[in-house]
Amino acid sequence: MSLFITAFVVGGLISVVGQLLFDVAKLTPAHTLCLLVVIGSVLDGIGWYEPLIDFAGAGATIPITSFGNSLTHGAMAEAEKHGFVGVLTGMFEVTSSGISAAILFGFIASLLFKAKGKN
Amino acid sequence: MVSKGLLTFPSNPSIAATGVTAGPLEKKSPFSSQFDKIYTDERMHLKTNEQGHAKMIEDASMIALSKIDAVPSKADFFFAGDLVNQMTPSNFSASTLQIPYIGMFSACATSISSLLMAALVTDANLSEITLAGAGSQHNAIERQFRYPVEYGSQKPESSQWTVTAAGIAVVTPNRKKTPVITKGTMGRVIDLGMTDPLNMGAAMAPAAMDTLERHLKGHQASEADYDLIMTGDLGKTGFTIFKELATRKEIVVSEKFQDAGEAFYGGDPKFFSGASGAGCSSAIYFSEVYGKMMTGDYQKVLLIATGSLLSPLSYQQGETIPCIAHAVELMMK
Repeated sequence: MSLFITAFVVGGLISVVGQLLFDVAKLTPAHTLCLLVVIGSVLDGIGWYEPLIDFAGAGATIPITSFGNSLTHGAMAEAEKHGFVGVLTGMFEVTSSGISAAILFGFIASLLFKAKGKN
Repeated sequence: MVSKGLLTFPSNPSIAATGVTAGPLEKKSPFSSQFDKIYTDERMHLKTNEQGHAKMIEDASMIALSKIDAVPSKADFFFAGDLVNQMTPSNFSASTLQIPYIGMFSACATSISSLLMAALVTDANLSEITLAGAGSQHNAIERQFRYPVEYGSQKPESSQWTVTAAGIAVVTPNRKKTPVITKGTMGRVIDLGMTDPLNMGAAMAPAAMDTLERHLKGHQASEADYDLIMTGDLGKTGFTIFKELATRKEIVVSEKFQDAGEAFYGGDPKFFSGASGAGCSSAIYFSEVYGKMMTGDYQKVLLIATGSLLSPLSYQQGETIPCIAHAVELMMK
């Protein structure tokens, strides 16, 4: 049960940061998204994101910061094996499933549904 | 003759008829009973939002013409615009109507810039029937300027809701018992350095103020002369700023001051700061205001349509938002 609570609180706090960037710092949705990805990437670079995942589970893997974490993670893992070229090949190693899923499910949804406004 | 953008129309061209079409959501507007046609489908039963957009402008034009028993082939000029890139909905509607056409772009102030052009050609004795107006379709314009609706992006309180509506006026040489166009003021571009595209009202308020001030001074008029002074789509946020600016200029701000954007959805908080879009002012001006002039509730009105002249590219490059406001004075004679 406590795992659910930490996941909820940590995931919620990351989302609060996003909401504050949007409402208080007046960043656009695109800027907010990019900044959170960069923050996740930097946090993994200095080795803080993995401990956060160990602590909060899905609370840390579901928000978009996790995508930044995966980019850095893949790049560093491949760099250890293949040197500098690994940075380039590894970047999308871990993230490829997420990107492919976004394209695939986006495609399926566009076949089945049509965007609608408010009514 | 030097006019400095201050226009007078000595022949008093008439707005002989109007046509207003609107989307299904606009049924919620307190003015919806004044609209000529409300579609049951947001794309007007066509394949794309943009096709629906063109259809709305076309239908509003046909409805307006039918009220004076005219057909497009009898019309001399068509001045219209919208907010989609290169104004394709207006272009496609002009292609169907086959009326000599010039696309107008003053963003949401196009309702009045078109009307001023119609008044000019009619006053110059060049036209028997001219169509003027503007429109906007919510989904098409959100995609154009902000995010596609399917992206589901959050909006702040200051943002406005683009209406799905089109309003067209038929301008003819003077006719009895119709509202006439007596004066106008072409706006100047005012840019006070606002950069937030989700707070257009605040950016446009100074432009509306500049045009109001120039109109009153230039035409030796006073706010007391009018039964209604209605801005285009400042919304709650922008209209509050506008009234504050007017008070500072020692203009008496009374109940006569209204904003089409604020009024459009009756202040419903689901629509944030209110309505916007080229169809917002055109729909209210050419239905509610026009109707109340015909019934004699208003004798003399001043309409100041406001537009923000940004593009998605200029905004992405960090440019400020240049704004404009055009004014027209209508009288029941």
